[in-house]
Formats: sequence, C-alpha cells, structure tokens
Amino acid sequence: MKSNKGSRFQLFKRKNLCIPYGIFLVLFIIVPILIIVFYAFTDDNGVLSFSALTGFFTNPSKLNVLITSVFIALQTTLLCLLIGYPLAYFLADKKVNKNAVFITLFIAPMWINFVLRTGATRDLLTWMGINGGNAPYFATLIGMVQNYLPFVILPLYTTMLKLDKSQLEAAADLGANPVQVFFKSVVPQSIPGIVSACTMTFMPTMSSYVISDTLSEGKITLFGNYIYLDFANNLWHDGSFMALIMLVIIGISMFVTRNSGKEEKEGGAAW
Amino acid sequence: MVKKIFGQCYIWLILILMYLPILVLIAFSFTKSVNVGVWKGFSFDLYSDLFRSKEILTALANTLIIAITSALVATILGTLGAIGAFYSSKKFRRAYEFVNQIPVVNAEIVMALSLAIMFAALPSLIFHTDLRSYWTLLIGHVVLGAPFVYINVKPKLQQMDPSLYEAAIDLGAKPRQALWKVTLPEILPGVFSGFLLAITLSLDDFVISQFTTGPGLLSAGDPKIVTLSILIQDKIKKGPIPPAMRALTTVIFLLVVLGVVGITVFRHYKSKKAALASKANRKRRRAY
Repeated sequence: MKSNKGSRFQLFKRKNLCIPYGIFLVLFIIVPILIIVFYAFTDDNGVLSFSALTGFFTNPSKLNVLITSVFIALQTTLLCLLIGYPLAYFLADKKVNKNAVFITLFIAPMWINFVLRTGATRDLLTWMGINGGNAPYFATLIGMVQNYLPFVILPLYTTMLKLDKSQLEAAADLGANPVQVFFKSVVPQSIPGIVSACTMTFMPTMSSYVISDTLSEGKITLFGNYIYLDFANNLWHDGSFMALIMLVIIGISMFVTRNSGKEEKEGGAAW
Repeated sequence: MVKKIFGQCYIWLILILMYLPILVLIAFSFTKSVNVGVWKGFSFDLYSDLFRSKEILTALANTLIIAITSALVATILGTLGAIGAFYSSKKFRRAYEFVNQIPVVNAEIVMALSLAIMFAALPSLIFHTDLRSYWTLLIGHVVLGAPFVYINVKPKLQQMDPSLYEAAIDLGAKPRQALWKVTLPEILPGVFSGFLLAITLSLDDFVISQFTTGPGLLSAGDPKIVTLSILIQDKIKKGPIPPAMRALTTVIFLLVVLGVVGITVFRHYKSKKAALASKANRKRRRAY
C-alpha cells in the first residue's frame, strides 16, 4: 500500500472538519451563557452583586409571575395532551386513518408565520366576542393550545406507530375490555412519547411572550414577558438572572426526562 | 365501525379548529374592511394593496434573504461538524453533541437574551457601541438552524457503509475527493432535510430576530432590519392584523398547501419505488 506520510494531504483529517462548527458553538452558545451567568451576579460596574437575586426573591410580583407561568404552562400541556393523545392514537390507527397526508396537515401550520397565526387567532376570538378585555386568561390558553398542539401530536404519533399490536390483541383475547386495553397497554407503552410531548410544550409555553401579550392584550404577564421587558428597558442584570432561573429549570427538566425520553428524535421525524 | 366514524370525525374537527383562524383571514382577504368579521363587498383591492406596500415587501425580502443565507451557513457548519464529530473520539463527540443540543432544548428567549447581551450590552459597556447588525441577526438564525442540520445529518452518517470511504482512498482518491464524491452523496438526503428545517425555523422565528436585529439590509424607514415577524408583531400590538396582510396570509397559505402536496406526491412516489424494488427483489430471489 502506498504511504501518504509526509505528503501535504496528511494534514487533512476528517475529524478536523468539526473545527469551524466547534468554534461557532463555543463562541455563540457557551460564551453567551457564561455571560448571562456573569451578568446575573454583577452590577453595572462589573462588581459582584446579588441585587438581581434579592430583587427577584423579594419582589412579590415577580414570584407571582413565576407561579402564573408554571400554572399556565401546566394547563396548556395538559390540554394539549388531552386533545392530542386521542388524535395521535386515531392518526396512527390504520383502521381509522389510511392517509399519511393528515399528519403532514397537522404539522403544516408550523410553516405559516408564528406571529401571523397568533394574530389570526386573536382577530377571530375578538370577532367571536372573546378578547383581552373580558377573558384574557381564556384567550391566552386558547392561543397556547392552538400553537403548541403540533408539538404534542408529532412525538405522540411517532410512539403510537411503534405500539406493540400483538400485546394489545393478547390483552383483548385474555378478556380485557377496550377501556382496560387502552389504559393498561396503550398508555404505558406510549410513556416516552408523552414525556417528550410534555417537554416540548411546557418550557416553550412558560417562556413565550408573544402569545400572552397578543391574546390577553398585555393583561397576562408570563416569565418570558418579564425577560423581554428587562431587555427592552436595558435592565440586563435582572433579565440575566431571570434567564438563569429559566436555564436551571430547563436543566432540571432535561435531567429528569433524560432516562425516559431516550427514544425521542427531534425534528427528523417531521421530514 | 363506531370507532372509525368517531375517529375520523375527531380528526376532522381538530383539523378544522386548527386552521379556522387562518381560513377566516383568507376569507376576509377578499373584502376591504378594517376588521375581520365585517364584509364590505367582494374585491381584490387588498391584493393590489399588498403588492404596493413597500413596508410589507421590504420585510418579506429581508425575511427571505436571512432565511436563505442563514440556512446555507447553518447547513455548511452543521454538516461539517457532524462529519468531523462522527470520526472523532467518543468522549469528544459526546461533549460536542451536548453543546449542540443546548439550543434545541433551551428556551428561545434565553438564547436570544444571551446573544443580545453579547452583541449589545457588553460592547456598549466596553466600546460604547452596539454591534447589532445584519451579521448578528445572521448568527442568531444560524444558532437556531445549525443544531437541527447536525441532528439530521448524523443518522445518515451512521447508516453509511464505512468501507465505501476506505475503498475510495484505496483506489487512489485523495481524502478531500473521497469526502466530496463518496461521503457527501450518501448523506445528501440528511443535509437537504436539515437545510429545509433551517429555512423553516428561520422564516418562523420572531424572538431571536427581535433581540439580535440591527441596522443593515433593505430598509423602509426603520433603522433596524425588519423581518416579517417583527413587522407583524409591531402591527398586532396596536390593533388587528392590517388588511393587506390578510392578502399575504392567502399567499403564504397557498405556498404551504403547495408544500404539503409536494411532500405527499414525493412520499407516494418513494413508497411506490420501494414497493417495486422489493417486488423485483422477491422475483430475483425466486429465480435463484
């Protein structure tokens, strides 16, 4: 075999191809996060300071916002699951739905501009008499569910396709009624899909601010709204601290769901 | 039977509910009224308004420019990264993938704020200037798209037969040539779907855009680059969706329908081809 040693092509190694993206990742993902941590615990002079921290935990309205956000996010996630679970079940059932185009149709709204969709929902609700003036909470919830439903349907549908059909049949043969089959066999088998559906709705709901801003006409403030307001008012240190809290919550939820959500495949399934 | 009817009704009901707001906008794009819900006679006026609105067309052009350039950069970076990491040590690859996963799971607003601090707050503290421009907007969108390119390319590399590359080298190809002529064609479907996903994410994005936008590109009076999302958000904060944008909704919706039809036809063609291939295989096996 011909040896390439010493030739200039030896300089070219496949693994070196990861250098440009590696630099990019460090510069624009790791460094910005470190900057957030730095900003969360310093003041305008760059001196160590816990004013953002104490400011957050002694401000009842900020703590209130945190609780409201968690509450709305929980409700949105639950509603999305309640609507999306049977939907994914039917979509994956060959007897009910033979046409693959339906699953594409349920993802397609994601291709229409997100802000435009939110505005459209708001205008329709206003026409129907539901608006930020009389039902800000209800309107926000509708907007959230409307927006995050595709994110729930997709992972659930992927797990439903992989359901062990023979187990369901065996359960039925052994005398389980359809309801029992559903709760004792379908649901336990689809836990990974449920977990990944929850992670794909809960955090984005908490941190979104466009939907709540538009649909409640500014009456409902979520965690994301506060971060945005801090950004708009150049309150970088307070904003950083809230973003850091967000990061910690995300980190915890990733750690908790890591073991159960191994099968999830982000994005790829849609194509 | 009952399950079938009930299931189909349920699917249709949710589908209609999901599309209702958009369909209503489209219906009212054929009448010249300020608010949705008021019908003032059929006309195409809003469509001519749309194509005369400098504001909307500029935003549309900006959005497209950013989507295409950022998706291209994201595809190149993500693909190279995926190839490089695939042939690196396991430990390194794990760390690499962990960082790559951060933007995927992270809340958009956290990333947006961190980039805004890096591009605006820190520079104004140190150099008394705001660095935000077209380039920072581009970087923001690449952060959004590149991780998904990586995720789409990786499985294709895993499926690839590793001996193909070795064979090319043994047959005298330089590593560069082998990569370009052997590896790339094999992973091309993943690269392509990653590119499409990056474009979609960029077109749909609002939060990152709002936090990282600055002066540059096309402008209709605003000193900052205004993308479609930014423009629409600015309008709907103050009132209903502007009438001309209802016409724009129709245009976007038609493009989406075209996309759905395209995907369906493509899938149908692919499954037909696969069926033919497996049939041919069976025949061949029988012949042996």
